[in-house]
Amino acid sequence: MEQSLVKFYQTGTFTVGNRLLAPEQRSVQSGAARSNSLNSGHRACQGCGEALGARYAIDAAMAATNGQLIAANATGCLEVFSTPYPETSWQMPWIHSLFGNTAAVATGIAAAMKAKGRNDVRVVAQGGDGGTTDIGFGCLSGMFERNDDVLYICYDNEAYMNTGVQRSSATPPAARTATTMAVGEHPGNEFGQGKNVPQIAMAHEIPYVATATVADLRDLEYKVTKAMSVRGARYIHIFVPCPLGWGAASHDTIKLSRLAVESGVFPVFEAERGEVTGVLKIRHQVPVEDYLKPQKRFAHLFGKKPDVATLARLQARADRNIRRFGLLT
Amino acid sequence: MLEQCEGSHAVAKAVALSRPEVICAYPISPQTHIVEGLGQMVKSGDLTSCEFINVESEFAALSVAIGASAAGARSYTATASQGLLFMAEAVYNASGLGLPIVMTVANRAIGAPINIWNDHTDSMSMRDAGWLQIFAETNQEALDLHIQAFKIAEELSLPVMVCMDGFILTHAYERVDMPDQAQVDRFLPPYEPRQVLDPNDPVTIGAMVGPEAFTEVRYLAHAKQMQALDLIPQIAAEFKKEFGRDSGGLIKTYQTEDAETIVIALGSVLGTIKDTVDDLRAEGVKVGVLGITSYRPFPISAIRDATAHAKRIVVIEKCFAVGIGGIVSRDVRSAVRNRPQPVLTVVAGLGGRAITKASVHQLLLDAIADKLELLTFLDLDWAVVNRVLEREKTQRRSGPIAEGILRDMGSVLVPGA
Amino acid sequence: MMSIAAFQGGRHAQAFPSFGSERTGAPVVAFCRMDDKEIRLREPIMQPDAIIIQDPTLLHQVDVFSGLKKEGYILINTTRSFAELGLGEFVKDFKPEHLLTVPASELAMNHVGRAVPNVPLLGAFAALCGLISLEAVLSAIDQKFKGAVALGNKAAAVQAYNTVMKHNAEETHHA
Repeated sequence: MEQSLVKFYQTGTFTVGNRLLAPEQRSVQSGAARSNSLNSGHRACQGCGEALGARYAIDAAMAATNGQLIAANATGCLEVFSTPYPETSWQMPWIHSLFGNTAAVATGIAAAMKAKGRNDVRVVAQGGDGGTTDIGFGCLSGMFERNDDVLYICYDNEAYMNTGVQRSSATPPAARTATTMAVGEHPGNEFGQGKNVPQIAMAHEIPYVATATVADLRDLEYKVTKAMSVRGARYIHIFVPCPLGWGAASHDTIKLSRLAVESGVFPVFEAERGEVTGVLKIRHQVPVEDYLKPQKRFAHLFGKKPDVATLARLQARADRNIRRFGLLT
Repeated sequence: MLEQCEGSHAVAKAVALSRPEVICAYPISPQTHIVEGLGQMVKSGDLTSCEFINVESEFAALSVAIGASAAGARSYTATASQGLLFMAEAVYNASGLGLPIVMTVANRAIGAPINIWNDHTDSMSMRDAGWLQIFAETNQEALDLHIQAFKIAEELSLPVMVCMDGFILTHAYERVDMPDQAQVDRFLPPYEPRQVLDPNDPVTIGAMVGPEAFTEVRYLAHAKQMQALDLIPQIAAEFKKEFGRDSGGLIKTYQTEDAETIVIALGSVLGTIKDTVDDLRAEGVKVGVLGITSYRPFPISAIRDATAHAKRIVVIEKCFAVGIGGIVSRDVRSAVRNRPQPVLTVVAGLGGRAITKASVHQLLLDAIADKLELLTFLDLDWAVVNRVLEREKTQRRSGPIAEGILRDMGSVLVPGA
Repeated sequence: MMSIAAFQGGRHAQAFPSFGSERTGAPVVAFCRMDDKEIRLREPIMQPDAIIIQDPTLLHQVDVFSGLKKEGYILINTTRSFAELGLGEFVKDFKPEHLLTVPASELAMNHVGRAVPNVPLLGAFAALCGLISLEAVLSAIDQKFKGAVALGNKAAAVQAYNTVMKHNAEETHHA
């Protein structure tokens, strides 16, 4: 899909732009023909970033493949809220096997299609950060290494939310979770731990890696569509706030995503075969504190005696991302 | 056509003839030759329309098979021992979802202590997971059972484990009658799934099921295995019609009609037991053999009927349940309940220890003289065991048990000794 | 290969190693049973009718002759004699025509370029006790090897066979 000359920004609930664009430039979601693969009626929390991201991503993938798409899903919030027995919200072929094997299951589906000569049918695998960065990591790396024809989408809300907000290797430093409580000398999650899966994906030199957020849904659709135009192993890592787990207001999901981008906390970029090919520039840089303050999981850093040292370290991490990816013009 | 080949090769050929569409493989002794053979056949173009995937773990292997099977492809993998345990979560998942995957288990002991040789501990660990489990007695039966397994699995929509003794069968060269493609095609039609991931007819597979319906879903798995009790003999009969030989079925009996003592076992050891029985019969002893081919579903009626007139039953098994005793013998006991027939458990062949004709001969004479305990560990070296127990009594830091025993036996040299 | 040769001769044969995954340098025992009817027994061979020793350095380290029947055959890969190997006393009750030494490693070096004695020993064994034919041995070689390697091995097997047959003929002649 071409980039339009005029940039329309989605701010809060004031979505701008689709009606002013030529039909072929409108987002998939704005069209009546969108597949609604993740249909309404699921049980996600109000303001769930993952439900938003998944709807956009899968509908874009369905549009790009003429509806010839099969999904494998890890155990987690998305799986649980989309298939509450005896109902399902999925309007496409969908399988949930286990927590840690989603990439391998997707590999199997892709292999079956290949064996049957069905080149038109494509496969998407999806899971949360827990199922991707931790328990599903081995299978993910295996799929990357074999360059299996699978698009793996990780919806990253930075903890094991479905089971009660426990820490994963995607949990950022200083964040409070149920297993990294805001107590003691170093409250919240440890510094110096965690995995950067987009960069690990790049290290596998797969055809396409991208990060995205639910703050820029046109960008997300574009990246999914681009990914589906390529064969081989592809990885998209989507930043999806979780109001419940982060202690944020449910109406702040998109705003928090934007702040994560604008502060440098979450770099948005594309890469092909291990080389960065494009970044989303920061328009107006904001201090990391602006991003952290609306989230109760960072509340212990503020208050009467702010944890100045930790805040400085978090700012330094964001600054490093900005330098590393060239996020400021 | 008759050929003399390694068991693994026979199985690889049989799987290839069954027209698999997705094969995924992770190496583990003693299954390696099977998947290597299949990999070669795919790569050379001998086996077409088949994807061969080198996976990064056994958990991945079965998971790939799950995805492929759910997408409508005939799928196969093979493992043993530690690998079977590593994929345990997926084993339950595959049967719970009702996917007709066929998997070879090249029976091998489970560590610790690590041991690469044959016993049945591995498949026994998964006996309640909902897979069918069939045990081959010879390499001929191993190859035949794989072909039958695809048919059984696909008719029931349940996965099937074909168990064959590691090394003893997998690495033995024997004569086999290898079928040709036309025969297999007549016997085994293309896979027609009951459920399939199809963009033109979408379904959701793997939803959560709560207390309201879980019991029913699980009962249906049991009901299907009960159906298998009829299906397995039926398929064995169809097999005989097409291929001309007896292979598979629920159980096999040898000289049991007038037997006072019946020996029950699974797998290759049945051959040794039959030779022993011939010797004993020549001495006038009325003994017979019952081989269990289908271990899951457990053929309660067939075993009950076949043992109706026996005075005693001796179960020789290559596994045991720590803390209680025999595994197979307990299942056999349920088949002969309410009968005054002692069921004597003999645990033998653990970790690849040879089961000799001489030992079996003596064992059966003891059984007939009513000198056999309820639970016997065949050929156990009591001196070694007692030395360890003594050592543990006298020192807290008694050291790793395995190393201690190996030192006692002289397998590990003690410095200065 | 012995089992394949026996199969070619129309017999049932069962061959298996004692340790499935040999590592280079470890002593290995392999077994082969032959019969005219189906072989059901699975235990390792405890009372062999014949022993073939590929590596004579094992002679005094491992009890290689354990269980060997008195009418049994002994075939050793060596350039030395039974007496020179220190076995003179041991074999004195065996039938002389059942005992044989063959420089199989040397034969293999000549014909195949590697000191792998298996195939020449097979050829010698065929001549020694006639349980398998030379034709069957050659056919088994073709099943396992291709091209120059097959040709070399076949030549080695033939030479071993002929040497033994010639030796037997001379012995008979002397007798």
